[in-house]
Amino acid sequence: MNLQNIFNELEKVDGEVFDRLAHVSRRGLFSSLTKKTVAVAAPAVMASAMTSAYGQSSQLPQNVVDVLNFALLLEYLEYEFYDIANNSPGLVPNQFKPAFEFIRRHEEVHVKLLKSVLGSRAIAKPGFDYSAKGAFPDTFRNFQTFAAVSQAFEDTGVRAYKGQAANLMNAKPILEVALQIHAVEAAHAARVRNIRGQKGWVVGGGPQGLPAAAAGVYMGEDNVIQGGANLVALLGSQFSTDAITEAFDEPLTREQVVAIVTPFL
Amino acid sequence: MKNVNKLPETTPILADSRRSFLRVASVAAVTGGLLTACSTADMQVQPSGARAAAPGDVVTLPGGDIGILNYAYVLEQLEARFYEMVVANFYEGITQMERQLLTDLRNHEVIHREFFKAALGGAAVPQLTFDFSGINFRQRTDVLTAAKVFEDTGVGAYNGAGKYLQSADFLTLAGKIVSVEARHSSIIREMQYMNQTAFAGEDIVDPNGLHLAFEPSAVLPKVQPFIRETIDARNLLTRAA
Repeated sequence: MNLQNIFNELEKVDGEVFDRLAHVSRRGLFSSLTKKTVAVAAPAVMASAMTSAYGQSSQLPQNVVDVLNFALLLEYLEYEFYDIANNSPGLVPNQFKPAFEFIRRHEEVHVKLLKSVLGSRAIAKPGFDYSAKGAFPDTFRNFQTFAAVSQAFEDTGVRAYKGQAANLMNAKPILEVALQIHAVEAAHAARVRNIRGQKGWVVGGGPQGLPAAAAGVYMGEDNVIQGGANLVALLGSQFSTDAITEAFDEPLTREQVVAIVTPFL
Repeated sequence: MKNVNKLPETTPILADSRRSFLRVASVAAVTGGLLTACSTADMQVQPSGARAAAPGDVVTLPGGDIGILNYAYVLEQLEARFYEMVVANFYEGITQMERQLLTDLRNHEVIHREFFKAALGGAAVPQLTFDFSGINFRQRTDVLTAAKVFEDTGVGAYNGAGKYLQSADFLTLAGKIVSVEARHSSIIREMQYMNQTAFAGEDIVDPNGLHLAFEPSAVLPKVQPFIRETIDARNLLTRAA
């Protein structure tokens, strides 16, 4: 993350940002940063930048806090899931270990980043039930079950971040971070789908090879109307409806995401 | 795919779609954006998205949301044309699975291109012409390396441009596309470096787990060598009047 860019961009969208930074001299803040320290210290500096620009974390706009805590809940869910899986002997076949270790690491740093921005307003990590109340009884004993739950989490993550982007428009630097996390979830999702023998992209609104318990994950992915244009009417003579639905991922509302993850809480 | 480029310019569906698409932005933003886009286009570029530009032309991106959407349209044109060429002349030794994947990517990118073209209507920049002469389409490595650059750049470009959009509906729309580009990036990288970590490698995902975000000023120099027209972005990040 290039923090100088973030500040420059922040200034573009919020001309008063440096007034808000009144108690933090611009030069003083930047002078302590080098390329190396930025990479290591970025979460802490990010938090400092956010609180400097918008007040203490206790004064972050409530809609932003809500979105970040919602994201944090999903990242807690994902991180612990992969942490347990990677520590379950014999679960993950060797050829897939690098992928799932990498995914675990990303979810871990997402948790840290979100917590650092939220400060004292971050929610605590709840307990999770990865059997989803018995729907997936062997999540950490059967690789196929584990991979199916992983796909459900990653594709849901993509849809959840997408659905919240508009709620971050009053905090542009945070919006950009959310978009960046969103793309990482999509990269994970494609890889996991590929490991399961699915296409990397979401084909229509069906279960995508997931059991019935995960039906909500793809609800609405069969949408073919984009920006008011019916793409089947527009392009249906050249492309299948499947291809048209694959080309666009659909958002989920917070309520839809909560319904999907509640069995895991 | 020739016929894709010859969609009827105006059909009832398209006209309806265009109106709906434009209705989603705030009235002020759209009116201003469109007027600016049209006047800019009339003065400096070929006037209609239906008409092809010619090598050497200067294509000026307008300001405001319409500018950002046209910026996305330029990138989608590039990707679509690239995969059309890949699919028209598959590299040597390609597997059935790889044919399927690359055909899917061609379909998605052409759909993105045609969507933007239809949605932007008269505010669209012209159809561009491309120079892929540096890519040997017969060589798997060349094709995958170029695909990786285009997909990674696309993801970073959308990530970096989202904050400039004034309309929440356009932001959501861009979000619907960028995650598909990230899926492409992941799969292309997996094709190239199987069972490793390239699908979300350290060259595209930073230590905080963030996929790269690029400013337009970083993206355009990367793609300009492949575009025969000159893309002028001086107005891109200005608010439409």
